[in-house]
Amino acid sequence: MLYLCLVYLEEKKLNAVPKHEYDALVAEHLAYHDELRRSGHFVVAEGLEPVSTATTVRVRNGRVSTTDGPFAETKEQLGGFFLVRARDLNDALEVAIGIPAARLGCVEVRPINDLGKTELGLRG
Amino acid sequence: MSEDALARVRDAVDAAYRSESRRVLATLIRLLGDFDLAEEAMHQAFTAALEQWERDGVPENARAWLVTTGRFKAIDRIRRRTRFDAQANELAERLDAEARDAEQTEHEGLEDDRLRLIFTCCHPSLPPDAQMALTLREVCGLTTEEIARAFLTAPSTLAQRIVRAKNKIRVARIPYDVPGRGELPDRLDTVLRVVYLVFNEGYAASSGESLTRHDLSGEAIRLGRLLLELMPEEPEVMGLVALMLLHESRRAARTSPDGDIVLLDDQDRSRWDTRQIMEGTALVDRSLATRRIGPYTLQAAIAAAHARARTATATDWAQIASLYDVLLRVDPSPVVALNRAAAVAMRDGPAAGLALIDEILASGELADYHLAHSARAELCRRLGRTAEARAAYARALALARLEPERRFLERRLAALDE
Repeated sequence: MLYLCLVYLEEKKLNAVPKHEYDALVAEHLAYHDELRRSGHFVVAEGLEPVSTATTVRVRNGRVSTTDGPFAETKEQLGGFFLVRARDLNDALEVAIGIPAARLGCVEVRPINDLGKTELGLRG
Repeated sequence: MSEDALARVRDAVDAAYRSESRRVLATLIRLLGDFDLAEEAMHQAFTAALEQWERDGVPENARAWLVTTGRFKAIDRIRRRTRFDAQANELAERLDAEARDAEQTEHEGLEDDRLRLIFTCCHPSLPPDAQMALTLREVCGLTTEEIARAFLTAPSTLAQRIVRAKNKIRVARIPYDVPGRGELPDRLDTVLRVVYLVFNEGYAASSGESLTRHDLSGEAIRLGRLLLELMPEEPEVMGLVALMLLHESRRAARTSPDGDIVLLDDQDRSRWDTRQIMEGTALVDRSLATRRIGPYTLQAAIAAAHARARTATATDWAQIASLYDVLLRVDPSPVVALNRAAAVAMRDGPAAGLALIDEILASGELADYHLAHSARAELCRRLGRTAEARAAYARALALARLEPERRFLERRLAALDE
């Protein structure tokens, strides 16, 4: 089953991290990608550019509205994501706990809606 | 069949329902992988038992019979419901094949299913109120209406809470499992917290007229005993069961016939339940002997120290105060600090206790906690600082929500003027 681990960080806090620490954090993330590849969890993982680069679009009655900035102004911003394949929620939570950025911000774990592609049930 | 024989079968089915339905459900959830399907299958199995046991006699192993029957009923149901759905058919086929393979071995390790059920209902990714509701419903077998009444909630609200929780278990795929050794301490904490919350909900309702709602406390103690049976070596399980039993032992003495609060000091100790006290203190001793001492065991040890005192004046306050010292280190919280202050007041005099309480209140914590103000009022009264005592009682009264507590504070206020 697929889970999306959404990494939320305070951009202000992240910007305040000294260069060498930031580089170490990036290296740690790349190493974690490799670890997840080896364990078979990895599907895709990416970091995002800051929210100042975000654009939000809406389509209403066929009319497009385009606005600057993220969909919601929050204290912590979506900074990256991991799409992982896991046996069950506990397995996915283990993966999320291991994401280095979890020490700085937080990670929301959401099951991917398979649109009824697999069976119902709790079985692993 | 004679009327008598018929009545005997009914009794046998009733007895099996009482003693086995939760075990049967726990196993069916594992085998079928779905709460709702398992619940329905369990009810169908009992309905089938009423007919078939009458005809074929009561089976030797009723639980195994019920599990097997429930399992095949569920498979039939999936087949009928989804004749044209290839995927559900596949599921039915697989469940069927598993059922046939497993028939010899499936009745091993069934106790684990009850633990699986408890840990799933108390999974930390479910909201706390849903953990409680789901546990009472699935593990204890209470109906949604019974739980709603106990929590003073509308049945529809509670039903929705349960539906959402089951939905999350299914969609997010919360595993039906006992956590591994590494996770166990944290996960067990959540389970113990749920049991203790249920107990407290019954012991001192957080609002409303009635101070005790016995059913919930009884249910929590039953749950605790079940955990003790399933995890006999866990010190904190022993500690929690001991703590609940020791609190429960004072139930008859802690309210007057009019429903008013009777303080520990003023309670008629002959009305304490000695059987519960003996069981509770024995559990505390066993837990302390493991040398892996947690907050429940410490609280139980404090309750045991009170229980051992024949009279209020015989209370060993020095021991209680030092137990609070340890508790404050292991599980620091302002409420523990407040209780410690009260114990220190008894050991070293009211002035020492008051200094500690003022420190806690000055930190801003517990500023809205009525018991902090009533404790302060009591110590001021003992020190002869009547005006301060009056102000503190008034503050406590403004914050208290339970009727018996309000009446108690009003009486204390009135007594200051005498």
